[in-house]
Amino acid sequence: MNETRVLDFERPIVELEGKIRELKGLLAGGSEDMAKEIARLEAKASELQREHYAQLSPWEQLQLAKHPDRPYTLDYIGEMTTDFVELRGDRAYRDDPAIVGGLCRLRGRRVLIMGHQKGRNTKENVFRNFGMARPEGYRKAQRLMKLAEQFGLPVLCLIDTAGAYPGIGAEERGQAEAIAASLELMAALKVPTISVVIGEGGSGGALAIGVTNRILMLEHSVYSVISPRGCASILWKNAEAEQTAAEQLRMTAEDLLNLGVCDGIVREAIGGAHRGLTVTAAALEQALSDHLDQLAKLSTEELVADRYAKFRAIGHIEQAAAEASEG
Amino acid sequence: MAWWRRKKEALERPESGGKISVPPGLWTKCDSCGEITYTEELVQNLRVCPVCGHHHVMPTSERIAAMIDEGTWVEHDVDLTSGDPLGFTDSKRYVDRITAAQKKSGRLDAFVSGTGKLDGIDVSAGFFAFEFMGGSMGSVVGEKCTRVFERALEKQCPALVFSASGGARMQEGILSLMQMAKTSAARAKLREAGLPYISVLLHPTTGGVAASFAFLGDLIVAEPKALIGFAGPRVIQQTIGQELPEGFQRSEFLIDHGMVDRIVSRLELREHLGQLLRLLGSGEAA
Repeated sequence: MNETRVLDFERPIVELEGKIRELKGLLAGGSEDMAKEIARLEAKASELQREHYAQLSPWEQLQLAKHPDRPYTLDYIGEMTTDFVELRGDRAYRDDPAIVGGLCRLRGRRVLIMGHQKGRNTKENVFRNFGMARPEGYRKAQRLMKLAEQFGLPVLCLIDTAGAYPGIGAEERGQAEAIAASLELMAALKVPTISVVIGEGGSGGALAIGVTNRILMLEHSVYSVISPRGCASILWKNAEAEQTAAEQLRMTAEDLLNLGVCDGIVREAIGGAHRGLTVTAAALEQALSDHLDQLAKLSTEELVADRYAKFRAIGHIEQAAAEASEG
Repeated sequence: MAWWRRKKEALERPESGGKISVPPGLWTKCDSCGEITYTEELVQNLRVCPVCGHHHVMPTSERIAAMIDEGTWVEHDVDLTSGDPLGFTDSKRYVDRITAAQKKSGRLDAFVSGTGKLDGIDVSAGFFAFEFMGGSMGSVVGEKCTRVFERALEKQCPALVFSASGGARMQEGILSLMQMAKTSAARAKLREAGLPYISVLLHPTTGGVAASFAFLGDLIVAEPKALIGFAGPRVIQQTIGQELPEGFQRSEFLIDHGMVDRIVSRLELREHLGQLLRLLGSGEAA
C-alpha cells in the first residue's frame, strides 16, 4: 500500500502496525513459538482496532468519510465491475467531470452505474471540482437514468459530495431546477435503483442521485442536510462549533439506520475503506448484488410503488392537541 | 397608470441617513423608495407600495385572502406539528424554537394547506408561512406539501404552491432533506395524472425548497424582485470570493436565464393564475 495520510486518531493503530511489521522483519526465520506469538499479537491488534472503530465519535466518522485517501467512485467501479464504459455529457451544455457514469456489468448483470467523483490531488480536484457538481452534472445523471430506463438496466448511484456547487454559473444555469428535476425523475423511474453513500453525503447535491429503492451506507460514511460547518456558522454563528453540529445533526450510518432513512450498512475494512479497498469493495458488491436480486422480483409498478412508500413514510410528525388554535 | 398613485407632498421625506420613527401599525415606510404610506392603505393594496411598486413581505393569512375566493377556503391538516426527532439543541433547544415560533406566528408550522377556489376554479393549494422559522421545511412542511399534491390527485383539480422559504430545516437533519424527495415524488404522480401544478415563487425561495417542488411547476411564476436560487448569496460569495453581479438571483435574473415563465405583480397575480389554469383546461366546460 502507498504511503497514506494519517489522521490523529488513526496514529496509534498505524504505529502499532508498524511495530508488528518491524518485529516480523527482525524475527524472520525465527522459531515457531515466536511466529505464534506474533500471530497472537496481530489478532489482538485487529481486535483492538475493531473495537476502536466501532465506537468512533460522529466527528471522527466525518473525518474518515472525508479522508484524503478514501476510495472514490471510480475506485469502486474498478474493483466491482467489468466492461465499464464511461458515458459523458448532458447533451445540452457540457460534460461535468464531478459526476461520472456509464454502462458496466456487476457480477455479469448489466447495470448503469454513476457517482460523484472527487480528485486525488490538486490538479484532479480542479478538474473534478472537488466532486461538487454543477447543473450539467445532474442533467447528465438524468440523461443516463433515462437511458437505463429505456434499456431496462438497474441504476446504481455512489454518493460522495460535499454538496452541489454554489457558484454564479451554476445559478445561471439553474442548479435548483437541475436537482429538482433529478428528484422527480428518480422517483418515477421504472427500473430498480440503489444508492450508496460511500463517503460524504452532502445535502441536495447528494440526494439528487439518491431517490432510490434502497439507500445503503458504507460504515464510516455520513449523510446530512447541511455540512456541520455550514450548520455551525448559521445556528451557532460560529463555524468553530462544527464538532458539536456534527453530533447534533445525527449524520452517521448508524443514525440514518435508526431514523429509517438508510436500509443497510455495508461494513468497511477495519480502520476504514482506505485501509482495505478490496475488502470494502467486495462487501459492497455483495450487498448490491443481494439487493438487486430482491428488487428484480418486483414489477415496474411495484418498483415505483416501493420507492414512493419508502420516501412517503420518512418524517417525524406529531398531532397537536385537539384544542390547538389555527392561524 | 393606477388610481392609487398619489403624491404625498404633505408628508416629509426622510432625510438621507436620518432616522424617522414610524408608530407601528399606523404608517409603513417603503423598504425600497422610503415613501410612507398608511399601513391600512398598504394592506388594501396587497402590501405593494403605491408609489414604487415594491412588494413588501405579506403575512400568510393576507396572502390566502388575496389569492383564494372569499368564503371558499378550507384549511386542512391543521393539527400537524413538529416533534424533535433528533433532540436538537444549538443555542436554544429546537422544541423551544418551535414554541416561540408558534407564539409569534400563531401557526403550528411553516406551511398552510387547504382547498378552495381561485378565480372560480377548484384548487388544492399550499402557502409557505415565512414568518415561521423562515419558512424552513421540516417533516411537517414536507408532509403538508405532499398532501397538497395528493389531494389534487384525489379531487382531480390543479395544485398550487406559493413558496417562500430559506430551505430545509437543519434542526430535523436528514429527515428535512428527505422531504425534498417525498414532495417531488408526490409531484411526479400529479404529472403522470395530467393535472396542472403551478409553482409561485415569492421572496425568498432558496435551498431545498427551490431544489425540489418549487422548481417542478408545469408553470413557474415569480413575484417581482424575489430572491430565488439554490445557494444563498452569502454562501456563493464566500465560495467564489468575489462580488456578485447586480440583480443576481432576482426574479428578473431568472427570467433572463430561462428559469421561470412569468414575473407577475401581486396585484394581478390571482387573475393571472386563473387565466393560466383555464388555458391549461382547468375550470373550463369539458
